Amino acid sequence: MSTSTSKEQFHQSNKPDQYNHPDYYLMDELLTEEHKMIRSTVRDYVKKELSPIIEDVAQKAVFPYHIVKQLGDLGCFGPQLPIEYGCGGMDYITYGIMMMELERCDSGVRSTASVQGSLVMYPIYKFGSEEQKKKYLPKLAKGEWLGCFGLTEPNHGSNPAGMTTNFRDAGDGKHVILNGAKMWISNSPFADVAVVWAKNEQGIIKGIIVERGMEGFTTPETHNKWSLRASATGELVFNDVKVPVENIMPGVEGLKGPLTCLNSARYGISWGALGSAMDCYDTALRYSKERVQFGKPIAGFQLQQKKLAEMLTEITKAQLLTWRLGVLMNEGRATPAQISMAKRNNVDMALNVARNARQMLGGMGITGEYPIMRHMMNLESVVTYEGTHDIHLLITGMDITGENAFQ
Amino acid sequence: MSPIQKRDFMKILVCISNVPDTTTKVTFTDNNTKFNTAGVQFIINPYDELALTRALEITEKQGGSVTAITVGLTDTEPSIRKALAIGAQDAVRINAEPTDAYFVAEQIAAYAKTENYDLILTGRESIDHNGGLVCGLLGEMLGIPSVNVITSIEVENGSATMERDIDGGKEKLTCKLPLVASAQKELTEPRIPNMRGIMAARTKPLKVVEPAASSATSATVAFELPAAKGGVKLIAAEQAEQLIEILHNEIKVI
Ligand SMILES: Cc1cc2nc3c(=O)[nH]c(=O)nc-3n(C[C@H](O)[C@H](O)[C@H](O)COP(=O)(O)OP(=O)(O)OC[C@H]3O[C@@H](n4cnc5c(N)ncnc54)[C@H](O)[C@@H]3O)c2cc1C
Repeated sequence: MSTSTSKEQFHQSNKPDQYNHPDYYLMDELLTEEHKMIRSTVRDYVKKELSPIIEDVAQKAVFPYHIVKQLGDLGCFGPQLPIEYGCGGMDYITYGIMMMELERCDSGVRSTASVQGSLVMYPIYKFGSEEQKKKYLPKLAKGEWLGCFGLTEPNHGSNPAGMTTNFRDAGDGKHVILNGAKMWISNSPFADVAVVWAKNEQGIIKGIIVERGMEGFTTPETHNKWSLRASATGELVFNDVKVPVENIMPGVEGLKGPLTCLNSARYGISWGALGSAMDCYDTALRYSKERVQFGKPIAGFQLQQKKLAEMLTEITKAQLLTWRLGVLMNEGRATPAQISMAKRNNVDMALNVARNARQMLGGMGITGEYPIMRHMMNLESVVTYEGTHDIHLLITGMDITGENAFQ
Repeated sequence: MSPIQKRDFMKILVCISNVPDTTTKVTFTDNNTKFNTAGVQFIINPYDELALTRALEITEKQGGSVTAITVGLTDTEPSIRKALAIGAQDAVRINAEPTDAYFVAEQIAAYAKTENYDLILTGRESIDHNGGLVCGLLGEMLGIPSVNVITSIEVENGSATMERDIDGGKEKLTCKLPLVASAQKELTEPRIPNMRGIMAARTKPLKVVEPAASSATSATVAFELPAAKGGVKLIAAEQAEQLIEILHNEIKVI
């Protein structure tokens, strides 16, 4: 695995990134000056460092490892966690805005940041011992280390409770022996640390921090994805891995552990998906004003206006929903079911926007000249991971009826 | 390590103006006498951002302080906060509408007079009115040398070595401090603030100063947009006859 990529090794597009977010209902007025400064900061970074190379990175399916350090320097890893552990100490809206701006560029880049911040740093912060927090969080925040989150298994996706990855006492009083395999794990091929969910001898799920280099631990890469090609995905294979007992996170047991992290990540995804929808809309709007057919810009035809108007309507609704969820998160009042609703709605909305926007670009929408098809393919992963579209509906259904339709 | 020369510890003032984002659709109000700011995003003037970044690079290398100054009303505070987030130690806002270059220079000069800066940096021009006057005016008002449109600057032993582009080449000049210089595009790469910088900016001092007495020297009569650009007709290289035909019969230039 090459960990020494650089901007120069990729083809740099010389097409300027003209992105500007739509703000039909003057939602910017609901943000603080600081939120807006953070947004322009991440947007400037994306335009300068990522937009020129993202298409080439995705086409080649190479993980641009060098951006890990850049994202760390910028503060995109765990911005909502406390300063004392080297994190940002900002609010949840800030975190959301960062994910939105990153996913505006590419869902794979956002995935890298989501996994690091919400699925690796957050559980360590929330459930880890003081020693674990001090050891891992500052390095993860700076991007000196990359982390991954192992929950899904080959035979247990939507139903993680059935997991078979397990650990037992090594008998020396100092270690446990970990066995099993995780699949579809973002960042795994490059990760220095993995937060792994596994069952102890009593069958209770615990979180355990596994480090690269531990004997019997390997991370084979999953190739040939048609989606999230700028993000590396792989397996985590544990073959009698001897892990020190102090690597077990003391603060949680049961499915509550991974689900708590997923709440934080899903919240970020709801902002992120909004970002990719806005990029598709912005691209289609600009294109439709410039592309002339039958003697006038295609933006002047009713069928195209219908697409644009409906896209913007859906984006505007999602902006309001997402901002409100951010306020509830800041107040500590957002429920998991509310987060499910936003994740499900926004990703589905983004997929529809991407599909309509792509059509508006005609043949041009098929090429890598424009970001839409890449967004569309990326969103197929986003609608699948962190709870599929169906599963989130079942969560809402159970929340409003009190009836469990999962099984 | 050589002992730090007194003059190497640099006290720098960077002039920041608050300008519409480069993608702004420009329209006017009040009988075409005022720029319509509705819905417009404002940013730090890009050349000023370069001046600020270079100032930070200099002080990071040899010690010193960077103060950002702007002449503007409260709506300019996001830009000055951003200057703090990028790394300026403190900031000053002269609480007045920046009516023209002379007024702005006068206000900055009045403040700078009492502060003994070693170096004052501006952008080569602000991308709204593109006057490019403040640097020269400041030099005159403060009685110090001014050097326009520099592409590099190094400071040592109380003087600065700068470069600028001239027709067909480069000019290299040295000049004793204090001086005022304006930044050209090549001066450095702009620096993007990070979260730590944005957090720190919350508590950095931003001093608001009332403007010095001054009288207007100019007034805007009217703004006008340039005529819309004509369409472009592309003719393939192998169809030169067609080009000649158009130039001859349609445009009648040959
Ligand atoms: C690119 C990518 C990156 C990923 N990164 C990570 C990661 O970092 N960490 C991690 O742990 N996982 C990760 N995942 C895994 C992801 O979370 C799972 O793929 C997802 O949870 C679905 O599980 P599954 O693939 O086993 O599908 P299944 O659970 O087998 O689902 C198949 C279909 O059945 C439906 N279904 C399942 N149960 C029900 C039910 N009760 N009622 C109705 N329909 C149902 C689903 O909605 C789906 O349509 C990633 C996946 C992808 C594609």
